[in-house]
Amino acid sequence: MELPGKGLVKGLAVTLGTLTQRTGTQQYPDVEPDLPPRTRGVIALIEENCTVCMLCARECPDWCIYIDSHKEEVVVPGAARARQRNVLDRFAIDFSLCMYCGICIEVCPFDALHWTPEFEYAEHDIRDLLHEKDRLEEWVATVPAPPAHDHRGEPAKEQTAAAKRSGQSAV
Amino acid sequence: MPVWLELILRVLVVVGAFLTLPLIVGQAEHKVMAHMQGRLGPMYAGAFHGWAQLVADGVKFVQKEDITPRAADRQVFRLAPVVALLPYLAVLLVIPLGPHGLVAQPLDVGLFFVLAVVGIGVIAVLMAAWSSANKYSLLGGLRAAAQLLGYELPFVLSAASVAMAAGTLSLSGIVEAWRPWWLLWQLPAMLIFFIAGLAEIRRPPFDMPIADSELVFGYLTEYTGLRFAFFLLAEYVGIVVIAALTTVLFLGGWKGPFDDQVGWLWTLLKMFAVAFVVIWLRVAYPRLREDQLQRLCWLVLVPLALLQLVLTAAVKVAL
Repeated sequence: MELPGKGLVKGLAVTLGTLTQRTGTQQYPDVEPDLPPRTRGVIALIEENCTVCMLCARECPDWCIYIDSHKEEVVVPGAARARQRNVLDRFAIDFSLCMYCGICIEVCPFDALHWTPEFEYAEHDIRDLLHEKDRLEEWVATVPAPPAHDHRGEPAKEQTAAAKRSGQSAV
Repeated sequence: MPVWLELILRVLVVVGAFLTLPLIVGQAEHKVMAHMQGRLGPMYAGAFHGWAQLVADGVKFVQKEDITPRAADRQVFRLAPVVALLPYLAVLLVIPLGPHGLVAQPLDVGLFFVLAVVGIGVIAVLMAAWSSANKYSLLGGLRAAAQLLGYELPFVLSAASVAMAAGTLSLSGIVEAWRPWWLLWQLPAMLIFFIAGLAEIRRPPFDMPIADSELVFGYLTEYTGLRFAFFLLAEYVGIVVIAALTTVLFLGGWKGPFDDQVGWLWTLLKMFAVAFVVIWLRVAYPRLREDQLQRLCWLVLVPLALLQLVLTAAVKVAL
């Protein structure tokens, strides 16, 4: 048989225990939150890396990436013909549609898109959430350095390949 | 010192205590409750850990529009907050703070006076409930009437037990007669008095008359602005009064080491400790249902209080 009043004492003990512990409250506007390095805050664009391959726009599940471009002829001295190059005119991500799946970043072959942990870009007007090229460029400064490799994990493919070529075993 | 000057001084000190102690208790409630729930509570008002939160609340309440519903009984409606608040001020007058007559108004029938005046709270609640012309207010008021009249009985019986033990109705006299072993002897009375006191000031878990999740806000539903603030203040003064009475009657008031010099400090310390328990209980326990509330009163507290009276009488005769 349970002791009568055990539950009452337990209730008091729980609240008293919580009183002695640190609270989980984050003082957000005063204290910046300590976000993990892979936080999905906003997407940054490095324009020089973009080749207008359109993979990101095509893979985007909610079609929130808008890309316009034109072709330019680049005359290479000594070459037989002039080369053609894609020039990016417009690159925009509509963050009112974006669901932060990150597929565009995964799919980009030239690392033109990056996650950054910045999240303070709320707007009063939903139309302002359409970030054009220049705005996406601004986020580049906040892209964190890639997290270090797990020191006990498998070595990177390039490392193993290089080691094989030079005839040594991978470290 | 001329008599009139002393009189003014005593009254001023009591008014000062009346204005500061409830705010301290209220702030403590904000913070303690927050931390018990794993929050921080107010942090902005007054810059340092939100110490001025209740001051800010007061300023806000003053700015609000003072609304009286059209169907309300105007005069009664407007008078109720004052009736709720003033009795507690009168109670603070007779509560002894320290030895050698450190009390605003020593009264031979102090205990009797206190119990009678605290009972006026019922009338304030009924006034507010009936005059609001609102069904939720009325329901809350009727619950309050049933609760307050019911709990008055164990409240008075347990107080009677300690008065019988001390052989006096004077609050200072009770403290002087108090001995540490009374803690054991009067333990049931203390618990009954404390629980009944909680119910008297309608604190959770006995806040059935207010019950904000079912009755909007009970008898406070129609109140706004300063009048609402008066009721809130009355609740905090109620905590102070119940804590002070428990201290004086059952915890030996100013008794403690060096009580000749710092007796008043002991009283305040014990009072705040009891007030902490009041807040603690609010955080820990859910609200009692109406039938549970009445069952606890009539089937547990009243018989226990009567038994305690028998025990007190037996020990008194045996000594």
